[in-house]
Amino acid sequence: MAMLHTVNKSPYQCDTLESCLKHVGDGDVVLLIEDGVYAAMKGGKAAELIANANGVKICVLSADVKARGLEGKLIDGVEVVDYGGFVDLVVETDKTQAWL
Amino acid sequence: MKLGICVLEGPYQHEASDTAYNFAVAALEKGHEIFRIFFYHDGVNNATRLMVPPQDDRHIQQRWSELAEKHDLDLVVCVAAAQRRGILDEDEMKRHGKDANNIAPGFRISGLGQLIEAEIECDRVVFFGD
Amino acid sequence: MSEVKNFLYVNRKAPHGTIYALESLEVVLIGAAFEQDVALAFLDDGVFQLVKGWDTSELGVKNFQPAYTALGDYDISKVYVERESLEERGLTEDDLIEMTYEDEDDDWAEKSSIRIVSREEMAQIMRDSDVILSF
Repeated sequence: MAMLHTVNKSPYQCDTLESCLKHVGDGDVVLLIEDGVYAAMKGGKAAELIANANGVKICVLSADVKARGLEGKLIDGVEVVDYGGFVDLVVETDKTQAWL
Repeated sequence: MKLGICVLEGPYQHEASDTAYNFAVAALEKGHEIFRIFFYHDGVNNATRLMVPPQDDRHIQQRWSELAEKHDLDLVVCVAAAQRRGILDEDEMKRHGKDANNIAPGFRISGLGQLIEAEIECDRVVFFGD
Repeated sequence: MSEVKNFLYVNRKAPHGTIYALESLEVVLIGAAFEQDVALAFLDDGVFQLVKGWDTSELGVKNFQPAYTALGDYDISKVYVERESLEERGLTEDDLIEMTYEDEDDDWAEKSSIRIVSREEMAQIMRDSDVILSF
């Protein structure tokens, strides 16, 4: 029963990602979209949170990464997906929760 | 798979409309069915045909309307949210004694029950908002 | 229509600052007519929606808090509030409005709809629901 969680807020703006990660379970996927992708930056505020997210796959949306000039600045191990990959994640998991 | 989409933010102000649109296009390209796209909160502002963005920018309403026509999509605008924000179709215009309507082709105004129905009928419903 | 699904409405936003809380509540009220299994979750700033004593007169907007207390009349009896979210905000259950329902399996006894749950339990509630509506 894996879930997909989308997070669209910068970790510098609010604790949404932190709250999300406190509610995830093994096998879940967290997809960072929109300003949420700033959490995936190497050396950033959320780097430790993401490193400690054991058993959870962290993905970022490529369009949002590229639009913000973050290519090459991402934490190792974070998976980059395009919109098609986003759709696949929705389909492969049992349900999607948007952490608005 | 049968998918639903719910858009909660207005065009241009917030990226949610863009993310939702790009998600919808990708889902259709992958052969999934989109049962309904429901516009709620400020998302109802996606449905005004009176928006006139600069020519070098995307036209968010037209983009939705064209996608709906091409794929026979059901674009539903919540009536209560639409009334608050001045999004009216012909019927609503007459009913409230207004002098104009502004709903774009491909969109229809209906109740919140359409969102509940989408949740019941779809395999997944994905929310895009703030 | 298909079989009954477990609906979970997740409320994570404070009232008034945006329309999310009010328009979420409107979905809950309409959705109640569809005879699905409905539960509400309040966590993070969403717990502020249930803090009692709203006075919106000076703000000049309608006070929609009474609608929460009326949810019992719509057969909504499961209102989960996250304990950690309350504690982080210096709140306890005593700060919250009363929400009740009449239990048809117990001679229509009036009972509280509010169930204070841990973060871990909240995560499980999300996992166990069929659909999550996030506002």
